[in-house]
Formats: sequence, C-alpha cells, structure tokens
Amino acid sequence: MKRILLVGNPNVGKSALFSRLTGTHIITSNYPGTTVGFTKGYLKLGGVQAEIVDVPGTYSLEPSSRAEEVAVNMLKEGDLIINAVDATNLERNLNLTLQLLERRVPMIVALNMWDDTRHRGIDIDATKLEALLGVPVVPTVGVTGQGIRELVGRLSGAKVPENVRTYSSSDERWAKVGDIVGQVQSLTHRHHTWYERLEDATSHSAGGIIIALLVLFGTFWFVRFIGEGIINYVGNPLFELLWTPVLLKLSALLGGGGFWHNILVGQLIGGQIDYTQSFGFLSTGLYIPLAEVLPYVIAFYFVLGILEDIGYLPRLAVLMDTVMHRLGLHGYAIIPTILAFGCNVPGILATRVLESRKQRFIAMTLISIAVPCAALQAMIIGVVGNAGAGGGIGYVAIVYVSLFTVWIVTGIILNRTVRGFNPELLIEIPPYRLPPWQIVGQKLWLRVSGFIREALPIILGTVLVVNVLYFLGVFHAIGNFLSPVVTGLWGLPRDTIAALLVGFLRKDAAMGMLGTLGLTAKQLVVSATILAMFFPCVATFVMLARELGARDLLKATGIMLAAVLVMGSLQNLIL
Amino acid sequence: MTEYQNEQLSVAQMRTGQTGIVVGVAGGPGLIRRLDAMGIRPGKPVTKISSTLFHGPVTLGVNSFRVAVGFGMARRIIVRVDKHLP
Repeated sequence: MKRILLVGNPNVGKSALFSRLTGTHIITSNYPGTTVGFTKGYLKLGGVQAEIVDVPGTYSLEPSSRAEEVAVNMLKEGDLIINAVDATNLERNLNLTLQLLERRVPMIVALNMWDDTRHRGIDIDATKLEALLGVPVVPTVGVTGQGIRELVGRLSGAKVPENVRTYSSSDERWAKVGDIVGQVQSLTHRHHTWYERLEDATSHSAGGIIIALLVLFGTFWFVRFIGEGIINYVGNPLFELLWTPVLLKLSALLGGGGFWHNILVGQLIGGQIDYTQSFGFLSTGLYIPLAEVLPYVIAFYFVLGILEDIGYLPRLAVLMDTVMHRLGLHGYAIIPTILAFGCNVPGILATRVLESRKQRFIAMTLISIAVPCAALQAMIIGVVGNAGAGGGIGYVAIVYVSLFTVWIVTGIILNRTVRGFNPELLIEIPPYRLPPWQIVGQKLWLRVSGFIREALPIILGTVLVVNVLYFLGVFHAIGNFLSPVVTGLWGLPRDTIAALLVGFLRKDAAMGMLGTLGLTAKQLVVSATILAMFFPCVATFVMLARELGARDLLKATGIMLAAVLVMGSLQNLIL
Repeated sequence: MTEYQNEQLSVAQMRTGQTGIVVGVAGGPGLIRRLDAMGIRPGKPVTKISSTLFHGPVTLGVNSFRVAVGFGMARRIIVRVDKHLP
C-alpha cells in the first residue's frame, strides 16, 4: 500500500488537513506540538486504498526533540509527501520545503491557512510558486475544507522536480528561499486587528501575569460551574428518577441481600440505594463514571479546547518559564502539565516536545505524582467537598495546595539531583484566533467519547473486582501488612488500604470507595492527597514505562514513594 | 553603554519595540541550527515585542511570526541596531 506523509512546520494546520483528507477526526490545537506521536488514516486514491500519516511538526530535518526525531525517521518510509505550508509564513516554511525536495520523494504542497493571507495583507502567486518549486501547489484551508478536493485531485501529479538542487549550506538554501519569496509574494499595509491588541496585552509582563491568574481562576470556576450544573440538573435526576426504580426491583428479585445482590446492587443504606455508598456494579459502578466524573470531563475538555484553539497556551508557557526553570524544566512543560489535568496519559505523551532527557524525566515524574486527572478531581470535589459528610470546599483547597507544594518541592529537588541539561525555551507564539466552534465541538466529542470508551469498562471492572476481593478477604490480608504505615504514619483507618490499592486501577473509583468509609474531614484530606500521589493508575503506569524505560521508571517510583510518605505524614502531623 | 557605541547588543539588551539586524549567534552549533531553522540568522531583522520579569523569555517578531526565546538564548543573539530606527 502506498504511504502518504503529511509533513510541515509545527502549527501549520496539518492535523486539520489530515482530518479533512481522511474523514477521521483527530485533535487539533493552536499551539506547536499537538501531534507528538503519529496518527494514521486511510484515503481512497484512484480506487486504491492509501495510508496517510500525520507526521509531528518539525522546523528542519535535523531534529532537536523526541517529537521531531519521530518526524524525521518517518520520512524514510514515505512514497509521497504532502508538504503543509503556512501561507502566512511563507519564508520559514519554504526552508523546510526545499529540504524535503532534496529527499527526492514525490511531493505536493498544500498552501494552508490561505484564508488568513488576505486580512494579513499577504498576496501569494500560487501558480508562480508551483513553477518555481517544480511540484504542484494547492491553496487550502484545513479548518473549513476549502481546496481539499483539489488537493486530493492533484495528488497523482505529485512529483520529484526535474532539477533538484542540493544546497551545500543553510545560507545558500535561505538565499534561494528569499529569491522565491521575493518573486511570488507581495505585502500590503494593513491595520492592527483587535487580536493583535489582545496579544500585546497578554504578552506584556505584569499585565500578562494578571491575565494568567484571571484565566486560571476563570477556568476553575467555569469547569466547576458546568460540572456541577450537569451533575445537579442532568445526572442526579436521571439516576434517581429512572435508574433507582429499576435497581430496587432487581434488589427485591435478588431477595434484598446475598453474594449476587452485594455485587450487582451493593449494600442498601436504610433500605434505599445510595449511589455514593452502596458500591454495587450497577449502582455506584455506573454512577461514578456517568454522573460524577463525566460532567467534569466534559467541562474540563470544553474549556481546554477553547484555550488551545485561541492560542493562549504558548503565552502561558512564556510567563511560566522562569518558575519552570527552577524545577529543571522550561515554560513549554506547562502544556503537557495542563493536558495531564485532563488525563495523565496524553500529558505524559506530550512531554515528547521537551528537548532533553532530564526535562522529560522531571516532567513525567512531576505529572504522575502531583497532577490529578479530571476524573479524580471530580471525585475529590464530590467526596472531600461534600459538606453533608463533614467535608467542604476549604478541605478541597488543602488537597490542591498540598499537591502544588509537592509539585514545586519535588521539582526543585529533582532539578538539583537529576543529571543532564535543561535547554532554554524556544517556542513559536501563534497569532490569536477565534476558536473554530465546529472544531472545538469535534475535539470535545473525541475526548469525551474516548473517556467513555476507555474509562467506563475499567471503572465497572474495578467495582466488580473490589467486591469479589472483599468477599474473599484479600484486602484484609494486605491490610495487616501495610497497616503500620497507613494507621501509624498517616492516621488513616485500615479500611482505606483497600481504596488506595484500588487507585492503581482507577483513581476515581478509589476515591468513591474512600467516600463510603465514614472518614473525618482530616482523614479525607490525607487519603485524597495520598491517593492522588500514590501509584499512578495502570494506564498512566504503562505509558510511563514506555516513555521512561525500566530504570527510570524504577527511579520515578522511588521518588513517588518517598514523596507520598513525607506528605502523608506531614498532613497527619499538621492538620 | 559600550554596546550602543559600536551599535551591537544582544536581544536581551534591546528595548521593547526596537528592531535590529541579527549579526550572529554566540552559541554552539546546536543552538545556531535551531535558531536558523526558525529563521533567526545573520542579516535578518528582528523586533523585540516583549520581555518577561525576572529574566524570563524575550518575544521576538521575525517576518510575520513571533517566537519566544529563553533569556539565556536572548543574550546570545547579537544584533546591530540602527540608531535612526525607532
């Protein structure tokens, strides 16, 4: 099968083009480095199936990060290259184009973001560019789909130009680029758009910090507002009105107790089903993912999608750079960290944009220890923040402050002890764009359906396994073994051990278990913090193992155990 | 102020809003190559858009795009400033 590679600079809209070409939807954003692995799709080409690969963005064919390395390695296996070029940034993009031509693989150029050129006062003669490059050039707009049909129609015309030049130096290549740009592009003066004014405000030093704080608090407030709204007005009513009667009938059918009753329906609390306490496969097992976690997952990814597409995240990276340097990272590491607040797995994958091994090790370790995913956060807010059970939003704040402290302190220690270097930030700042709502919606759907597909079965399975293990008395046996630490150092009852162990499967389900134990507010805070820090869930662990290798995984695990011992004991002493 | 007299200074020393022509990058081949790929190379005009407190990154305008470089990197990018330019 023919393999088509979609290659270009970071943030030129490759992923949007890919979605248009294949009809499969993948995640796109307005910051460089959205694609760090590669995504494959299929395309019918003259009646024949062809494979098309969305290659991570790269500025040159001499890689400087793991993600760029992936890109360059893939070039060896392509039969045809679609070079995505940002029409608003012709000069820099053509430098890569000329490097690609030197590879002598049949190529076609997609002159993307074509719609942006006009209001930026840029006029490009695409026909002339085609003649100068010697390969087809098609103007496209990935976001709207404009020009895609023509691009596909001309794929068969992709070719190696007749007289490919190999440049002996970068200067020589740049000279050629300058020559081409001079011939095909003309610029006219234009007025400043309001985006650019906003741009100036957010990149201004003091103003930028105030705006960043506003964005941060706005995000938390908005996520909680949407999350709680869906829980109170959709999730809870649906479960209570529709599902409770069904479960009560089932309960009566099963005789109100016994092995199968406990597994399927769970414990009845005062003769009623309590979705947070009963812990049956069909009661709590469904309630946690669908009614407690899903609303927050939707809310978080909705806000994240908007922040991504506006192009705010690279600015945040610039503002955070000085702080991140103390942790052995640079500002760009804030983007994987923010992704990890949704789910640690894509967060860890995104650390590939970092250049050095030291940075990647520190970023992954900090994420897996101190960054709770959206599902866990939803449950922390639900359980620790539940005033009815003696908790409150103040206690939730203590958990967050504790985790933030762990993040900072562990980072500072790692920066001083991990060998290696921490290169400086070098990041393109994309222009602000209004989020394309269709894409925000598609991306939200992609992430939410991914959550349902991957998390729902595991949560259900976890609840099932927990009930069976309880029945067999396995937790009791492990509890005896671990109780000196848990009760002695952390001041938690022995029952919490089972929940902490379950955290390895799913942290949200584990937090749900902690909610059934009747803990005091202090014990809730300590156990929630420990749960967040203790072994990452199995999906994250697998990803860590893949990205770090066995040795570094062991190191990261040791650091995690030390951090969790210290933090749990400190909280037990201070609170 | 000696830098001003011979009109060469680093991007870190430039005033916000000032434009200069890149003369060279005082760094290793890796850094030179990375900046080169971004279009920051000798002969290229760059404009300092903003800087960040506490020796944070410097944002530069190069052609029609913006790129943020760490402060240490900014100190290594040497430009020639024409006093008559704003």
